Amino acid sequence: MGREVWPDIAFQDRIDSATFRVHHQAHIVVDSAICGDCSTRECIVACPANLFVPTSDGGILFNYEQCFECGTCYMVCNREGAISWDYPEGGFGVVYKRT
Amino acid sequence: MRDAGALDPATLDADVIVVGAGPAGSCAAIVLARAGKRVVLIERGPFPGSKNMYGGVVYPRILDQLIPNWWLEAPVQRWVTRRSTMIMTDDKALTVDFRCEAWGKPPHNGATAFRPDFDAWLADKAVVAGARLICSTTVTGLLHNEAGAVSGVTTDRPDGDLTAAVVIACDGVNSFLAKQEGLYGEFDAANYTLGVKETLALPKETIDERFGVRGTDGVDIEIVGCTGGVNGGGFIYTNLDTIAVGLVLKLPKLAAQKQRPEELIATMKRHPAIAPLVEGAELKEYSAHLIPEAGISMLPTLSGNGMLLAGDAAALCLAAGIWLEGVNFAMASGMYAGEAVVEALRAQDVTVSGLAGYQRRLEATFVLKDHRKLKRAPELVLSDRVQHLYPEFVTSVAERMFRVDNPAPKPGVRRIIAQERKRVGIRRRDLAADGVAGLRSFG
Ligand SMILES: Cc1cc2nc3c(=O)[nH]c(=O)nc-3n(C[C@H](O)[C@H](O)[C@H](O)COP(=O)(O)OP(=O)(O)OC[C@H]3O[C@@H](n4cnc5c(N)ncnc54)[C@H](O)[C@@H]3O)c2cc1C
Ligand code: SF4
Ligand code: SF4
Repeated sequence: MGREVWPDIAFQDRIDSATFRVHHQAHIVVDSAICGDCSTRECIVACPANLFVPTSDGGILFNYEQCFECGTCYMVCNREGAISWDYPEGGFGVVYKRT
Repeated sequence: MRDAGALDPATLDADVIVVGAGPAGSCAAIVLARAGKRVVLIERGPFPGSKNMYGGVVYPRILDQLIPNWWLEAPVQRWVTRRSTMIMTDDKALTVDFRCEAWGKPPHNGATAFRPDFDAWLADKAVVAGARLICSTTVTGLLHNEAGAVSGVTTDRPDGDLTAAVVIACDGVNSFLAKQEGLYGEFDAANYTLGVKETLALPKETIDERFGVRGTDGVDIEIVGCTGGVNGGGFIYTNLDTIAVGLVLKLPKLAAQKQRPEELIATMKRHPAIAPLVEGAELKEYSAHLIPEAGISMLPTLSGNGMLLAGDAAALCLAAGIWLEGVNFAMASGMYAGEAVVEALRAQDVTVSGLAGYQRRLEATFVLKDHRKLKRAPELVLSDRVQHLYPEFVTSVAERMFRVDNPAPKPGVRRIIAQERKRVGIRRRDLAADGVAGLRSFG
C-alpha cells in the first residue's frame, strides 16, 4: 500500500488521550533565568509531553499539568538548578487506564 | 550493627516498609506477608499500576513459585505465540518470524497485559496475604536511626512518617530513595532510554487478520532501524482489541537531534511494513516512561543498612535487543528481597551483612546470571553500526538475493555480501568483531 499518508494525531489529542489528575501545586519547576543561558535546549525535543516551550525573550515556558513524570527532562538537562523535579502529591498526576 | 532496640517490633510501625506497588514491590510484600511479617506497601498512584507503562509482554514463569496456576487468573490480554524481529531501512524490511503453538496453552510463556490491570492484580495478592497497601501516598525520603541505618520513611501525608526494621525500595527507574542513600552515583542519561507508546484500538477480528493469529494468541514484534538518527528500537504488541506501538530512544541521542518522540513514531507507522498493520487504528492512550538500559554496567549498590533495592530501582531491567524483560526481573528480585529480609529478621541482623542473602540469591539465579551473560548486549545492540549501518547492509543483501535480474545471471551470495559491505561502508574487521561480540553476548 506504499507510503500513503494519513493525518497524524494532533499533539493535543495525543496528550488528551492520557488522564492527568492535576494538583494545584507544580511538581516540576523550571528556572527560566538559567535556561536563558542554555543553547543546547535538550528538554525541548526530548520531553514526550512537549512541556518546554521557548519564549521570545530566550527563556523557557513550562507547564507541569500534563506531565508523564518520566524523568527525561532532568536527565537530559545539563544546567545545574534549571529543573527542580519531584513526584506530584500522592494520588495526583498521570493515571494510566485499566481495561 | 544496629542497637537491639531498633529491631524491637513494639516500637516500630511495621516490620518492613516496601516502597512502590509495581511488580517488584508487590512480590516482596507477598513473600513477607506470607511469612507473617507486618508489611506496609506504599504506592504514590491512586491504585497500583496507575503510574506504570511498558511495552508489553510479561514473562511470569517466576510466579510459579508464588501463585500456582497464575495463568488461570492473571489479567492477560493475549498469550504470545508469535515473535518477530524486524530489521528495517526506509524502504525495506527483513523479518525473522517464529511461532510456537504450545505457548498459547498452559503453562504458557509470555503474555500481553496492561500494567494498571496486572500490577493491581499482583498487589491484591499481597493484600490477601496480609500486607497493608497504602495508595495515593508519595514517599518523600528515608528516616535513619542514631546508628545511621535506614529506619523508615517520610511521606507526603500529615504525620506520615513510618518506622520499620527494613525498607525495600521498589520505587522504579527514578529511584530517589536509592539516590538519597548514596547507592547510585549521579544518574547518567547515557544509561537510560525513553519509551513512548501509543495504545491503538482496532476490532479484535482486524487484529487477528492483520497479525495472523486467532483466539487469545498474540504477537510480539521488535524492530531495529526504525528510530531515525536516534539509537533505539521499536515494538508492536497485540492486545485483545488494541495494539501497542512504540519506540525506545537513547536519551543523549534523542536530545541531540531535531525529531520529537511522537514524530519518530509517526515515521515508523508510515513504513510500508508497518502501515498496513496500524492503518485506521484510533489512539486510546499515549504514554511515556524511562528504562534503565545499560544492564550490569549501571548496577547500583543493592543494599544498605536496613535497606534493599529491587526491580528498576536496582536497574535490574534486562534491555538487550531482542530481550526487553523487566517485569520478570522485578518480580524475581522483589521476591528474593522479601526472602532475604525474612532471613535477616529471624537472625535479628538487618545490616548489610545480615541482608547479604539478597545478593546471594540474585547471583545464584537468572537475575544476575542473565545480566552477566548479556553484559555486552545492550551496548552492542545500541551501537552506531548495529543501528545505522547493519540494517542497510542486511536488507540490501536480501534484496539482491531475492531480486531476479534476468538476463544477468544470479550473483553468488558471498560476492553480494562483500559488495554490500563495502558499499555501506562497514570495515571487515568491525563486522568480525561485532560478530564475535554478538556470539559472546548472546551465545
Ligand atoms: C516502553 C517500555 C517497554 C517495556 N517493555 C517491557 C516488556 O515488554 N516486558 C517487560 O517485562 N518489561 C518491559 N519494560 C520494563 C518494565 O516495565 C520494568 O522493568 C518494570 O516495570 C519494573 O518493575 P518495578 O516494580 O521495579 O518498577 P515499576 O513498575 O516502575 O514500579 C514502581 C512503583 O513505585 C511507585 N513509586 C515510585 N516512587 C514512589 C514513591 N516515592 N512513593 C511511593 N510510590 C512510589 C510507582 O508509582 C510504581 O508503581 C518496559 C519498560 C518501558 C518503559
Ligand atoms: S531546562 Fe535545561 S535543557 Fe532545557 S532550556 Fe533549561 S537549561 Fe536548557
Ligand atoms: S517528567 Fe517527562 S513528561 Fe514530565 S516534563 Fe519532564 S520530560 Fe516532560
